Amino acid sequence: MALMEVRNLVKRFPVRGGVLNRVIGHVHAVSDVSFDVHKGETLGVVGESGCGKSTLGKMLIRLIEPTSGTIRYEGKDITTLDHVELMPFRRTMQIIFQDPYSSLNPRLTVRSLLREAIAFHRIVPRAEMDEYITNLIRKVGLRADAADKFPHEFSGGQRQRIGIARALATRPEFIVADEPVSALDVSIQAQVLNLLMDLKDEFGLTLVFISHDLKVIQHFCDRVMVMYLGRAVEMMPCLDLDEQARHPYSKALLGANPIDDPSDRRPLTILQGDVPSPFNVPKGCPFTGRCPEVIDRCREEMPPAVSHSDGHLVACWVASEGVAECQRGA
Amino acid sequence: MIQRAASNAEPILTVRNLTTRFRTDLGLVTAVDDVSFDVAAGETLGIVGESGCGKTVTSKSIMRLLPEQVTRIDPKSRILFKGVNLATADEAAMRSIRGDKIAMIFQEPMTSLNPVFRVGWQIDEALKYHTTLNRAQRRARTIEMLRLVEIPNPERRVDEYPHQLSGGMRQRVMIAIALCCEPDILIADEPTTALDVTIQAQILNLMEGLKRKLNTAIVLITHNLGVVAQVCDRVIVMYAGRIIETGSVHDIFHRPQHPYTQALLESIPKRGRREHGKRLPTIPGIVPSLHDLPSHCRFADRCRYKQDKCIAAEPDLIETGDGRAYRCFYPLNQAPAAPTVGAR
Repeated sequence: MALMEVRNLVKRFPVRGGVLNRVIGHVHAVSDVSFDVHKGETLGVVGESGCGKSTLGKMLIRLIEPTSGTIRYEGKDITTLDHVELMPFRRTMQIIFQDPYSSLNPRLTVRSLLREAIAFHRIVPRAEMDEYITNLIRKVGLRADAADKFPHEFSGGQRQRIGIARALATRPEFIVADEPVSALDVSIQAQVLNLLMDLKDEFGLTLVFISHDLKVIQHFCDRVMVMYLGRAVEMMPCLDLDEQARHPYSKALLGANPIDDPSDRRPLTILQGDVPSPFNVPKGCPFTGRCPEVIDRCREEMPPAVSHSDGHLVACWVASEGVAECQRGA
Repeated sequence: MIQRAASNAEPILTVRNLTTRFRTDLGLVTAVDDVSFDVAAGETLGIVGESGCGKTVTSKSIMRLLPEQVTRIDPKSRILFKGVNLATADEAAMRSIRGDKIAMIFQEPMTSLNPVFRVGWQIDEALKYHTTLNRAQRRARTIEMLRLVEIPNPERRVDEYPHQLSGGMRQRVMIAIALCCEPDILIADEPTTALDVTIQAQILNLMEGLKRKLNTAIVLITHNLGVVAQVCDRVIVMYAGRIIETGSVHDIFHRPQHPYTQALLESIPKRGRREHGKRLPTIPGIVPSLHDLPSHCRFADRCRYKQDKCIAAEPDLIETGDGRAYRCFYPLNQAPAAPTVGAR
């Protein structure tokens, strides 16, 4: 069952300029993205900087207001709720931020920054607060005495553990993890990934895992959504990615990732050019400017997401050629 | 790709016993401790390790780019380049080498270009100091360099400011600046860390092509083991200021001898069904603080093979002759003759 259904989600940020500071255009951060998140799964969102993956993640829990589109959580449309109605969802939906250095208030001890959310949502009675916090801190692999320290007293990996404890404090069901390990060293990254896996199993969490690192996504996630310039270009089970990826951008992303084996040296896939600015999105498919397989139709029309097999959606004219029109996905 | 052994080429840079200390509020810390290595012409040497292991300080010591007031390069350190000891060379000598014979590219392409000067001016600066070309020749050379690093429209881009370029293009400009005087050695400190993977592929490809064209030796500092596996010939693994293992890229990846190297390789997420969703092998604990280094093996507290000897003394770096060295009392993956079963 889908825990979350996202339909035609759009986010445009106005850009102001000129002497009158008028809106002179829009940054198309997320354009017409639709997908489901199943209960208990880990959905990976991968893409390069500026592809809209973080904006998408923040929209899912309404830290950013969508321009249009709907998000349903357990069947309830949460895009139109006001902040009072949203309150119970604020508890069940949490986020882990990328940067463990700037996402914790430096003036609060770990205890006080955890207490804030716990008290607000009345997770436990005041008398049990200290015990709850101590357990939480132990759960994320820190020593109990960490509670009375300040964020600056911890290393990056430990701070990310505090960030995870903060997200878990309200007993959420759904967590958006926005590049949770990108700022960490390899050995620390493995520790934090393991912790996330354990906690996911223990608390039955549903995760949306945002990363630019395909290797982490491939190891960790059940399904993956590849984004390019605000659009979801491909969505598929993670395990099939290596052999089954159809979209030229997904293939390029796979081919550009250096393999950790000196005996398996191969030329990296080289895409020409840079990601175009989301301020000036080309008409048609956003990947046309760099795509090695581009045809005329790509420049005219945005390809729809077409179902190639069960759970495998591709938005590409070339890749979807011959796939029956009736298989068009959501 | 051609595998270049360390021995068949004359080293162009020889580093011996490099020790760099910093004066801090908490006393003197040794960021790089007794580091020795050679770089041969045309080879790519990778220096890997986690943050704080001393890889950047090593490279900046070679370039003498560390703040003089707080830095002490130990007088016993020798950095020999064409008969000059860079560890003790004066600023005038350094200035003639830096940017000309040895060039460096930095991690942050966003911050290492000067935002108030056009990119052409910044390439020209190096040419002005190090060549006798006149203004028109330098301009032609600048545009040629931008074309060489595959910047589209170089005639127009040369007069643009850094903020008008994307991150990937800024890193190309950095490479153009570094290579405009055709240096013998290019030190690349995390050149692709801040870049997207498709842009990283472009930059690595470019460096590889330029290396082949100009026979430049590259010292590539990175924590990305995938990059190391794909482009390096030899690898140095550093931990808490020390070299803990060196060897050919194949030895390091397929037959690591130091438990840290092995653990580091294991902790990378793997692609493929077999490993999918499994817990990753990790290294428990964190890197020791440089303020409070143990007198025994620096990795012992995190090592899964730790024995009594490891917390009694620090092992020396043992060279095995084939370009390999390791700093461990109980190395892994010894030659088949040596019995390893039961040794730990």
